[in-house]
Amino acid sequence: MRKQASNSFYAYLRRDLLLSYRRLGEAASPLIFFVMASTLVPLGMTPDLASLAKIAPGIIWVLALLATMLSVGGLFAGDYQDGSLEQLLISPQILVMPVLGKVTAHWLITGLPLTLVSPLLGLMLSMPEAGYLPMMASLALGTACLSLLGAVGAALTVSLHKGGMLLALIVMPLYMPVIIFGGATVQYGIDGLIWTAPLAILGAMLAAAIALCPLAIASVLRLTSIN
Amino acid sequence: MNWVWFYRLGSPLWFYQTTTRWLPWLGLLAFILLTIGLVWGLGFAPQDAKQGNSFRIIYMHVPASFLALAGYFLMATAGAIGLIWKMKLSYMVMKAAAPIGAALTFLALFTGAVWGKPTWGSYWVWDARITSMLILLFLYFGVLALQYAFHNEEASNKASAILALIGTVNIPIIYKSVDWWYTLHQPSTIKLTSAPSMHPDMFQPLLVMILGFYCFYVVALCLFTRVEILRRERKTGWVGDLVGELNGSTEGKRQ
Repeated sequence: MRKQASNSFYAYLRRDLLLSYRRLGEAASPLIFFVMASTLVPLGMTPDLASLAKIAPGIIWVLALLATMLSVGGLFAGDYQDGSLEQLLISPQILVMPVLGKVTAHWLITGLPLTLVSPLLGLMLSMPEAGYLPMMASLALGTACLSLLGAVGAALTVSLHKGGMLLALIVMPLYMPVIIFGGATVQYGIDGLIWTAPLAILGAMLAAAIALCPLAIASVLRLTSIN
Repeated sequence: MNWVWFYRLGSPLWFYQTTTRWLPWLGLLAFILLTIGLVWGLGFAPQDAKQGNSFRIIYMHVPASFLALAGYFLMATAGAIGLIWKMKLSYMVMKAAAPIGAALTFLALFTGAVWGKPTWGSYWVWDARITSMLILLFLYFGVLALQYAFHNEEASNKASAILALIGTVNIPIIYKSVDWWYTLHQPSTIKLTSAPSMHPDMFQPLLVMILGFYCFYVVALCLFTRVEILRRERKTGWVGDLVGELNGSTEGKRQ
């Protein structure tokens, strides 16, 4: 039973990664959004490096949050439209593992690239050097949290035609603790404080989210996709 | 323990008839309590030593904040009962609780802003409590938006019940993290919300106001739920009879 469960996890992880590999342009769009939107900040505010450096951690975190939120809406939409979600629901499996596999794939496609690209943005916004490591660490843990929480919203809105804006409304309040501790980690790093403390809380939130969110997503999918 | 009352709650008709009987009395009680509390609090309670008369908005602010939070938990509990026991009525209560709760949260934020101007010198401060109330308002908005997004009533009920429950799990986390975040930022403003031990003369009218607000909340919730009952049960016989009766009586008056 346990082996079967982990098999379904890897099967869905592999499937979603393969699907996004076949459509690389679509998979890369959150990343491009992340970099593009960061250009708006100096254009809209000021090109002055000193003031940009001050707000850089917050800007990068907000943009990472938005990029994840925009991309998470499609997590179940394709499967819902082509009927494979229904097949998954009626299959004699524990729904939790395939769901976790799909969310993990989503993080590997969006969260991880965002984390890897974030130093570039830090450079462009002249963020102090001490912030780079905390930023990457907090983004790695935080975007995984965001993917999991966002997937709950995606499951809730999967059967709606125009779910995009609604998803944002539902998910944003849930994202607020993540951005608080994510931003705090980077700020602590820059200020020379012990930044592993807020990072640890972020890790605790991720642990709780990994345990609880797939359960919530599975039950939501069972209830709402019948619409 | 006798559980008959619980099963009875499953019937919207029973709820409708019972509330028809005692709602006027509860409404009267709410009116009396609110009148006493307002007159006592606004007119007779002593002035605050530092804030003068501006502190009197507390008599609206605190009860509204209480019920804004309590209303969210009530909404989530009603949703959970609906999910577990598939009770029609509890979904109706959940749906009725959302707009009332959102309105009360807004009232709490609004009175807080009005209060903040004379005491802190600005309408809005990113204080931990204010921010978490704002997030609570957003959570209410999410539930409201989700309720109206579905065409299928069943799906709408279940989805918003689950969202309300997820919000309940998140409220303590949000509250704690905002609290922590606030201490991180260390703003220059004075923290007013650290509850000072109030003088009994000031506290007693507040207690009356809180009780009055609770009664008012129950009245409002029942009224909203009754409307929802009539809307959802409009195809049943008893609603038809009720509407027929009402039409008959107004026609009788005309003649």
